[in-house]
Amino acid sequence: MEGQLAHIGAGLAAIGSGAAAIGVGNVAGSFLSGALRNPSAAAGQTATLFIGIAFAEALGIFAFLVALLLMFAV
Amino acid sequence: MSEDTAASGAEALAESGSSHGGEAGAIVTGGSSHDIPGVAPSGLQIHPMEQFEPARLFGEGEIFWYTPTNVTLWMLLAVLAVALLMVAGTSGRAFIPSRAQSTAELTYGFVRKMVEDVAGKDALGFFPYILTLFLFIVMANFLAILPMSFSTTSQIAVTAVLALAVFLTVTVLGFVKNGAKFLGLFWVSSAPLPLRPILAVIELISYFVRPVSHSIRLAGNIMAGHAVIKVFAGFAGVLGLGSVLPILAITSVLALEVLVAFIQAYVFAILTCVYLKDALHPSH
Repeated sequence: MEGQLAHIGAGLAAIGSGAAAIGVGNVAGSFLSGALRNPSAAAGQTATLFIGIAFAEALGIFAFLVALLLMFAV
Repeated sequence: MSEDTAASGAEALAESGSSHGGEAGAIVTGGSSHDIPGVAPSGLQIHPMEQFEPARLFGEGEIFWYTPTNVTLWMLLAVLAVALLMVAGTSGRAFIPSRAQSTAELTYGFVRKMVEDVAGKDALGFFPYILTLFLFIVMANFLAILPMSFSTTSQIAVTAVLALAVFLTVTVLGFVKNGAKFLGLFWVSSAPLPLRPILAVIELISYFVRPVSHSIRLAGNIMAGHAVIKVFAGFAGVLGLGSVLPILAITSVLALEVLVAFIQAYVFAILTCVYLKDALHPSH
């Protein structure tokens, strides 16, 4: 029974991946709308774009880690 | 490539009743015959996490820190590939560069510009370190895409050592360069005074979460991508003629993996630059 509960928890943790998807989409979409307004400034900001994506993605990866721990370590 | 993964998926299907440690990594959607010894299990059986298990290269037994495993083998191959690219590539020193030479030169220039742009000119002393990190990670990621290879960067032990080395370097550098002023990183002087202690706690937590997220981002991304490929390979193992569909899916996921392999190495290096900048100029 407990193992099955852990599987349900892993499935719930997968919701975090969707939340991270929203975050990454927000970052990339905002970058694109800004870049299309001022294309000449866009090239200098790609590093910032990737840093922003990395920070947003890290929390989704934490959710993935929680799912892995529930599946294999609990 | 696809046929290899498909074959290994079918293999995992065949030996699903074995008592190998990979049992823990099994997604069992088949019948309940799995529990009965000697009875071949039916239905779909996928072992997506089995590929990440370190194994001894020679003989049987426990794995110690000095044991040569497939992890160390593929790390060695990554280092050799980097050496081949950078040493053999630039040995010609041609005025009109060959393909290998211009690849090496472009990589060098790319990373150097990144360090200069993100961390500032005074961080260029750390450029060799960041170039080493970037080249090692990108080569390990690219080698992991090869069929039947082992993805070393999916091991949290490997990425944690890389991230902890960055964390220690940055922390020591911050205190050596700025002394006690480095603690100003946690004291947000632009915020209202009553808020500052609360912000200091948050900043302190986020500082110590850095090595965790730094390492798990890389390992998690690589692990997730390779597990997805293995799941599709498991589908290809049971579908017969219909396995064309999962093989097409594997091909497109592999293309995505090439992109992810580069972007994760880039992100690892660029975050190192950001942390370096924080250590060199801690004022908030």
